Amino acid sequence: MLQSIRKTLKKYNNFFFNVGMIITLVFFVLAVVGCFYTPYNTTEMNVALKNSSPALAHIFGCDNYGRDIFSRVMEGIRNTFFISFFTVMIGSLAGIVIGAISGYYGGKLDEILMRINDVMFAFPSVLLALVIISLFGSGTMVVTLALGIAFIPSFARIVRSEYKKQAALDYVQSAKLMGAKDIRVIFVHILPNILPVLVSSVMIGFNNAVLAEAGLSYLGIGVQPPEASLGRMLSEAQSYLFSAPWYALFPGLAIVFMVLGFSMLAEGISAAKSR
Amino acid sequence: MKKVRIFLTGLLMTMAVALGGCTGDKTAETPVSSAENADGSGYSATGQITIGIAQDLDDGLDPHKVDAAGTREILFNVYEGLVKYDVNGNLVPAVASDYAISTDGLTYTFTLREGVLFHDGNAVTPDDVIYSLSRCADTSNGEALKPALTNISFLQANDEGKVVIKLNEPDPDFLSYMTTAIIPAWNTDPETNVVGTGPYKFVSHTPQESVVLEAFDEYWGEKAHIKNVTLKVIANPDSIVMEMMGGSVDMFCRVTDEQAKELATGDFNIETGTMNLVQALYLNNSYEPFQDERVRQAICYAIDPDEVMAYVSGGEGTEIATAVFPAFGRYYDASLNDNYNKDVEKAKELLKEAGYENSLEFSITVPSNYQPHVATAEVLVEQLKAAGINASIELVDWDTWLSGTYSERNYQATVIGVDANPLTARALLERYRSDAGNNFMNYNNPDFDAKLDAAFATYDDEEQTKLFKECLSILSETAASAYIQDLPCFVAVRKNVAGYKFYPLYAQDFASLYFTDAQ
Repeated sequence: MLQSIRKTLKKYNNFFFNVGMIITLVFFVLAVVGCFYTPYNTTEMNVALKNSSPALAHIFGCDNYGRDIFSRVMEGIRNTFFISFFTVMIGSLAGIVIGAISGYYGGKLDEILMRINDVMFAFPSVLLALVIISLFGSGTMVVTLALGIAFIPSFARIVRSEYKKQAALDYVQSAKLMGAKDIRVIFVHILPNILPVLVSSVMIGFNNAVLAEAGLSYLGIGVQPPEASLGRMLSEAQSYLFSAPWYALFPGLAIVFMVLGFSMLAEGISAAKSR
Repeated sequence: MKKVRIFLTGLLMTMAVALGGCTGDKTAETPVSSAENADGSGYSATGQITIGIAQDLDDGLDPHKVDAAGTREILFNVYEGLVKYDVNGNLVPAVASDYAISTDGLTYTFTLREGVLFHDGNAVTPDDVIYSLSRCADTSNGEALKPALTNISFLQANDEGKVVIKLNEPDPDFLSYMTTAIIPAWNTDPETNVVGTGPYKFVSHTPQESVVLEAFDEYWGEKAHIKNVTLKVIANPDSIVMEMMGGSVDMFCRVTDEQAKELATGDFNIETGTMNLVQALYLNNSYEPFQDERVRQAICYAIDPDEVMAYVSGGEGTEIATAVFPAFGRYYDASLNDNYNKDVEKAKELLKEAGYENSLEFSITVPSNYQPHVATAEVLVEQLKAAGINASIELVDWDTWLSGTYSERNYQATVIGVDANPLTARALLERYRSDAGNNFMNYNNPDFDAKLDAAFATYDDEEQTKLFKECLSILSETAASAYIQDLPCFVAVRKNVAGYKFYPLYAQDFASLYFTDAQ
């Protein structure tokens, strides 16, 4: 058991994976801690601290209501992290299933699934999310679901084209000849071979999810004020870009590092796979 | 390959920040200077200005039907009535050049001004005036478009081409309602045919994007200085500063004090006035907890307008305690502001009495395009929390607010500013009458209705003022809503544009703007 963990760790021991893992873990910890504890109450206002610059008591400074930005960034990371994570999860899982079936079997089924996919693609993902939200009402859960559904077509399309490519290859043919069931071929034989493509699209998807969440928060759905999300903070900070640049800087950096962490993790995984 | 990926990662990161940071278009439009026209002599309007507006004209373009102040303030440039307001709030002749009122206050005779043309080039005739006014007084489809005009008993042109109006009962405010837009008699569909007599004519409207106006060369009065006015809808208040600094917008009315400070460091002058709005946490009196007067009063005790002002308007607003803003010197009574001084204990006590101790919950619907209202709501939520009231914010876009909250009254509480059009006590108070079409807070108080009717039925000016003031204090005492402030109005204007005028009503006068040499 220990041996195998050590072996796996050794396999993944490369610069990108390590750094990416550290950054992602830091964010994960911040997100989890943010559920229980923030240094200050995230909604407590204080006139005297309006737009005050970073200081020892408030290391990231304060926003236009005198709220502690560090606490709000923590809360924002929590909201953005979980929304984006589950969005990509829903989108990629459903996308893989649809794309795999469509690409592997081809024919009429492929045609039908892909035309439905095209229809969904024709809607901008934010618009699609808006439709879903107007059907089910707003709220963090609904937004996650809505964005997740909106993300399905792009994953489905990528996965489908990979499956189409792979299905024609010899190893798939021989697996079939040896009597492997379709479901086994799809998930055990082909899926691992498309992982590098999948991982990078998941990471790009994560990036898009962070931005889409920010966009929806602005439109008044999803995370509602006074609760913080990184996107909403960044959007609000625009008005104070010159007088209180720290307001934009820290949520912005949080987004940058969150995306960076995931991207490096992806890079590390695909490097380990290709070795 | 790896290097390429790293580069791409970096690129994505940069985009994440850049995309989050700017959402506006960056087409800079430098206005053409036309200083030679600044004095108004040798008239020819030139140049182009882009003015940001917080909301699209979602409730239409029919001047007799629009209800949103934000729409009306733009149509102010396109339409005129027989009379109109000047910068001091006085009524001055517009389409009419003169008017006479009989001594019994029942007969109004308007002399039409020579040479007033509609934007389609036709002269204004008495028929047009009669058509416009009777359209507003028409009750065949239920409530009249302008209920005050149902008082008209006789409306005709006399032999000299003057318009004679006779009333059933004298009404000291009647002249204010003659600001009603005059439209051509052929125009049965003003929604699509936007033809008025104002200094600007309507060119086009692209929903959610822009409204284009053009100076009307044959305007009867002092003509506009700037030829093309583009009103650009900026529904995201967070992007106002960036759009202006980036040069795509030259003027924005009603920025927050923080935005004003930011813009003042750039290429902008900040003009300060008042918004002339009754900003309040409007409570839907039909929502179960709010049916109880004590709950509404508790909310009034729990909130502190001064603190709201400190956050939202740089401390420059004027506190109000009832449905009137200070521009109404006759009715505004500052002593009412002491009715509900912040008293958290008292609030809790009232809630306990009403059976809502620590259990009152409601959501505040706020139009996301109005930054001052959103900010106010955020502060209110904190203040209410201290009194054990759990309020949440629900942001909606303007169109949704207008239809869902205002028209359908499907909300619990909302933060908005209500203006008075025209500048009369009737416009302020009539919406609280239990059967009023625009009583969006569902206020229902027979005492108030009776008092209001008594006021309308009184012709003695002093007595009427007294009754109106009593109506206002009823609203305060029964906590019709939690009144907050009349907001300060900060207008950011690019330094090469001058001439901005404040009106005591919700209006923006584009015709007075002109370019200067100042940079």
